[in-house]
Amino acid sequence: MELVAATALGKYIGAGLACTGMGGAAVGVGHVVGNFILGALRNPSAAAGQTATMFIGIAFAEALGIFSFLVALLLMFAV
Amino acid sequence: MAEGTEAEGLVFHPMDQFVVKPLFGGDTIAWHTPTNVTLWMAVAVVCVILLFVVGTGRRAVVPGRVQSVAELGYSFIRKMVEDVAGHDGLKYFPYVLTLFLFIVFSNFLGLIPGAFTTTSHIAVTAVMALLVFVSVTVIGFVKNGAGFLSLFWISAAPLPLRPVLALIEIISYFVRPVSHSIRLAGNMMAGHAVIKVFAAFAPLILFSSLGFLVTPLAILAIVAMYALEMLVCFIQAYVFSILTCVYLRDALHPHH
Repeated sequence: MELVAATALGKYIGAGLACTGMGGAAVGVGHVVGNFILGALRNPSAAAGQTATMFIGIAFAEALGIFSFLVALLLMFAV
Repeated sequence: MAEGTEAEGLVFHPMDQFVVKPLFGGDTIAWHTPTNVTLWMAVAVVCVILLFVVGTGRRAVVPGRVQSVAELGYSFIRKMVEDVAGHDGLKYFPYVLTLFLFIVFSNFLGLIPGAFTTTSHIAVTAVMALLVFVSVTVIGFVKNGAGFLSLFWISAAPLPLRPVLALIEIISYFVRPVSHSIRLAGNMMAGHAVIKVFAAFAPLILFSSLGFLVTPLAILAIVAMYALEMLVCFIQAYVFSILTCVYLRDALHPHH
């Protein structure tokens, strides 16, 4: 009985801890966009050609946050 | 009091919206059972046909409203493929356009209240991502032969580092379909679940004395999240197709 309670507890704690990884993705995406804007303000004429690159960078940074979200979901609903 | 009423307010689960159900009753789902997933996939395909076949059927020189939307989408994706994958990547432009249109329509149809978001299921996005992965790998080997393997052997790096980098490159190459599919499905699922969580707090004014504080905030949050979701729906479809183009570029020009 205690083991069942401990498993449930660990599941919720683990899901919460996994969600902290999304904070890292937030920092990463903010870093990408912030640096893009910094560069775009210095050279606005070159900015339009680099938006696609920015989105690729956002996508790569964001994927890892989505992974941690997935771990949280797996802990909550699949384990 | 607060605990009991809050439990009453949360009568539905935020993940209930992603349950696959048979359309015409029954419990068992076989491969041929029409479910809500098949319905909304079909609706997405019908929307694409309406926009691109029926909408451009008259082919006026001065485009009407529907035709100009179709032309806008077409030239947007065509320019993206040319910019990212290069001029010889234009051969694969119809594939990228098909992917983009299906994803963008599935995403936006999923935003209709009560609708089902087909792209929120990893099963759907994984099939698309695996098809991209397999076809890109085949294209790479057909176009470059064994030279495609130079994608993993970075000649710009110092020689002792190259085996380590090759290992990392190989791992990241095989993680591509995973991240490609989970990015789309995860974004769609997370956004819709957040809207549902706020929707559970919205009727609290009926159950709790604190409801007059929570309910307006919850409704505002739903509106804000919905607007954000409209942005995310487009951006994720764009990101999916732009990453397809990036992988295509790697396959066509593997030399760094």
